[in-house]
Amino acid sequence: MIETLFFITFALLTLICALLVVANPFSRNPVTSAMFLVLTIISMAGLFVLLNAFFLAAVQVVVYAGAVIVLFLFVIMLLDIEEEERRKLKQFSVYSGILVAGVVAVIAITAILSSGIGAYASASPVIQGNPAPLGKILFRDYLLPFEILSILLLVAMVGAILLSKKDLK
Amino acid sequence: MIQFEHYLIVSALLFCIGLLGVLTRKNLLVLYMSLELMLNAANLALVAASRFHDNLNGQIMVFFIITVAAAEVSVGLALIVALFRRRQTTNVQDLSELKL
Repeated sequence: MIETLFFITFALLTLICALLVVANPFSRNPVTSAMFLVLTIISMAGLFVLLNAFFLAAVQVVVYAGAVIVLFLFVIMLLDIEEEERRKLKQFSVYSGILVAGVVAVIAITAILSSGIGAYASASPVIQGNPAPLGKILFRDYLLPFEILSILLLVAMVGAILLSKKDLK
Repeated sequence: MIQFEHYLIVSALLFCIGLLGVLTRKNLLVLYMSLELMLNAANLALVAASRFHDNLNGQIMVFFIITVAAAEVSVGLALIVALFRRRQTTNVQDLSELKL
């Protein structure tokens, strides 16, 4: 019962804040979008907690809300984009975008509801949210992808430094 | 009782909100945030599948997606900064040289 209540709260919070990221009726400022993105991420971490994924909830808050959004805010404030928000949106592109997203939503939800995918789900989950089994799988079965990922992060760091240099020589 | 389908529906709606942002907004930074929303929708679906199928591999996948998304954001924002330094704009309508 209480789980249902928490699910509804976090799901509504996630969806409303996500909608305010992309279509805020009061402000088109990117800083506002970034702040609502923080709220979306944090309410999604709440959903992760409800799904017994405690480690991922912590990672979500630390990496997304703590690092990615701060990087976004850094760049928004570094670039002075005040005049951007006064530009008008084209009516046609807005309506066609709403149409496409709505059609995709209807198709996806109909597919989920008619596929009977929930029948395969186990009624009583055995995952307890302890991070130790996660670490065991990560460092035993997924050791090579993990190491490749560290190289990817190194490459991304070098690329970001190189791209933000003043003259690309 | 909350079932697997409910989480999948929230995930699908979140994905479509991100898609709406990518299709309608013109600011490159907000476009990037919408892309993050779509990645997060995939994460939610994977975590829900992991929970309801008693399989931790889904959570490992989400862990990898979060890391790749962080790398992608750092490179993408560096590209946006380089672009802004050269063109003084982050609006996608001003960046149409490749259009025929």
